[in-house]
Amino acid sequence: MSTVQKERSMELQKEMISDHFDALSTAKEDGRKVVYTFVPGNLTELIRSFDFLPVLPEINALQSGMRKLSGNYISEAEKQGHSEDVCTYVKCDIGMLKRGNVGPTGKPLPEPDLLLLSYTGCFTFMKWFELLRQEYDCPVAMLHVPYQAEGKIRDHYRDYIVEQLETDVIPKLEEISGKRYDEERLRASLELSAKAEDDLVWVLESAKNRPSPIDAYFGGVYYIGPIFSAFRGTENGVDYYQILRTEIEERLANRQGPITPDGELDDERYRLVIEGPPNWTSFREFWKMFYEEAAVVVASSYTKVGGLYDRGFRHDPDRPLETLADYCLGCYTNLSLPARVELLEAYVNEYQADGFMINSVKSCNSFSAGQLLMLRQLEEKTGVPGGFIESDLVDPRYFSAANIKNRIESYLQMLEQKRMAS
Amino acid sequence: MRIFVGVDLGSTTTKAVILDENARVVGRGITNSRSNYEVASQIARQEAFVRARFNLTHDAIAADPELAGVEEQFLPLLARKFRLRHHLEELTRLGEELHRAAESPRLESLRAELDQILDEILTAMVELANKHFGALAVRQSEFFRDLAAADYMQMAEARADPKGISFEILSGLFDQAILPVENSSSAEALAALIGDALDAALTASATTMAERTDNLRQAVEKARAITLEEVSSVGTGYGRQRLPFPKEQVRSEILCHGLGAHTMFPSTRTVLDIGGQDTKAIQVDDNGIVTSFQMNDRCAAGCGRYLGYIADEMNLGVHELGPLAQQSTCHVKINSTCTVFAGAELRERLSLGQKREDILAGLHRAIILRAMSLLARSGGVDEEFTFTGGVARNPAAVAALEGLIDENYGTRTINISSDSIYTGALGAALFAQRGSRQEAA
Repeated sequence: MSTVQKERSMELQKEMISDHFDALSTAKEDGRKVVYTFVPGNLTELIRSFDFLPVLPEINALQSGMRKLSGNYISEAEKQGHSEDVCTYVKCDIGMLKRGNVGPTGKPLPEPDLLLLSYTGCFTFMKWFELLRQEYDCPVAMLHVPYQAEGKIRDHYRDYIVEQLETDVIPKLEEISGKRYDEERLRASLELSAKAEDDLVWVLESAKNRPSPIDAYFGGVYYIGPIFSAFRGTENGVDYYQILRTEIEERLANRQGPITPDGELDDERYRLVIEGPPNWTSFREFWKMFYEEAAVVVASSYTKVGGLYDRGFRHDPDRPLETLADYCLGCYTNLSLPARVELLEAYVNEYQADGFMINSVKSCNSFSAGQLLMLRQLEEKTGVPGGFIESDLVDPRYFSAANIKNRIESYLQMLEQKRMAS
Repeated sequence: MRIFVGVDLGSTTTKAVILDENARVVGRGITNSRSNYEVASQIARQEAFVRARFNLTHDAIAADPELAGVEEQFLPLLARKFRLRHHLEELTRLGEELHRAAESPRLESLRAELDQILDEILTAMVELANKHFGALAVRQSEFFRDLAAADYMQMAEARADPKGISFEILSGLFDQAILPVENSSSAEALAALIGDALDAALTASATTMAERTDNLRQAVEKARAITLEEVSSVGTGYGRQRLPFPKEQVRSEILCHGLGAHTMFPSTRTVLDIGGQDTKAIQVDDNGIVTSFQMNDRCAAGCGRYLGYIADEMNLGVHELGPLAQQSTCHVKINSTCTVFAGAELRERLSLGQKREDILAGLHRAIILRAMSLLARSGGVDEEFTFTGGVARNPAAVAALEGLIDENYGTRTINISSDSIYTGALGAALFAQRGSRQEAA
């Protein structure tokens, strides 16, 4: 591996995030209104068209996890009576709030003017905002997104969402912001979204090459950062993805492997598909367990929880509300088990993966339920063996490095043994 | 002779297996793991080399038609002679360390009396040693620490005086002295001991062998002259990262247990290993290649260590738990296998008036239930099943497993080798042997 590298895109993302948290910290003084909302099914373009600033509690929680703050926040929430088994994103957020609501960059977060709950797949989201409503006593707008139980979007699902947008969500946004709904502004924003989405998809699909120029999971979580959070539909977002794409194009042309915290990985040995979110509290350590063995993640489902762009979806400025509805319905978290299996199967084949692994999250029942079944079905469909590890999102107590390393090593050695036998 | 070594560094015991070029086992060694993994690995290896030398002697005797059948008497005799010598040597070192520990300023006023008691105990321990290694002796354990501790504590208890030199003082000295004795060993000293033991066994056999003594001596010398050339070695187990091997020579214990079990029982498709820190359910194909596995998560609940805690709580040896549990007549249901709560759970039930054997039977079943869940998640129990790891030596655990497999999967062939504890080390040695063959090809 070569020396540690910092790319322009990384620097830019850092600046964007830092500027956003700065803006949030002075939102009230600046007269800006704030909407709290979730990543899957977020309506960033719509929110921003009313000049609201978005706050994404899961992002704050994972950022707190990466900055080693989540353990204390979780203890704080447990002191409030939340049990050990409750979603650790929720507890991290509640704990952060109880300790003064200082955001991950060390600046205070503003209280919400609206809780916009567009919940997709995760039913804990509803309870989470119920808890936040008690704390803040602020208005709530709820966008109910039907679960894709049949594995496809039906017209009446879309109509149902559009109707809720028109009759409930938009009126509330108008009321609280004091501004009229401006469809032209929304369209302009959606156009920017689509541009950025094109570049993001190109970047993610670059992993089909050998060697892959990116790690589509550990690197991927950085690549999805802007588009999954506050920057979809912004000029900044478009710039970021253009720069990122140019960098990856260059890596590809030079046949370079992915960048890791210890430099470039130049000897790709295993190509893996990963299902499930990473562990955030020991993110670096977790990543290292893979790159030390020259294992590169070529595709992951976690990088699709905020939108499945690589399967063709783009925000469409010509159908502004319908496209937002389709976006919400299509997020990975809203897919049925067979649809998830189908997607992962396609990834194993299209990205020529040697294997796939599931990182099952202890405190997330809605995502982890059925994962072993998925594993068996995927093994059957692809003929490729699956690996299974368990950790958690942001509770450091659930990360046992020795145990996880043992499983990863065993799994990779198993792949090696199979490879040698065939 | 070209040999290949596999070392399995477990959290409770460390095992070594030596294979020859035809993948035949020529020696095995085992020792209790310590905080110092490197020493544990070294001692297990040395023991495997000693055993290898014994086995070579066995083969050399067996190869001489004049000596037909002699090997079956000579080998146990040789092993006893060696073990006794080794034990006595360790006792000498233990004596030195005990007296050194007694030099503590805190014990100044008791010094003379203490030295005398220690000498008495040590003299008695030497006498007992001769009994431990008699022809018909049954030993509770093969580890010096266990044997010495049992003898020492028994005599310390008899000699302790609550007002003067208390049992606590004496047992404290032992705890201090045993560590340096356990944590050092030298290959040269062992080689010399083997030589002495061979000579002693030859002398002892001379009277019964009469005219065949020369043949026997020749066979023994032939075995003694063989050099064991270690071609390569592979390490595995919980502490494998700390073994002094390069990365390429380290294999996951999951792969090693899979391959080891396959070698012992070639039709095996499902393997369960319950070790000290983790439980693994493994599926293998017809070549012993792992196809899927599940292991316990970060918590060691329901693993071997749990039984260790229970044994401590009950003031029993781990090996005594299974037989006691088998005396159970009443079904006690226990759900928690949490190691942290083991003591509390146990005391609670004892206070309710439940019998020790019934509680123990319930605990064994709880452990196996946890393993059953891992087995189910890994793909179930196939036609032929092999149980490995230290817990496979526990009869109550085995009985519970057999019952639950039958209940859940129907009739299955269940293999448990008497050498099951060496399964991981055997797999590692096979990887060493295969690796070297591939390099040659």
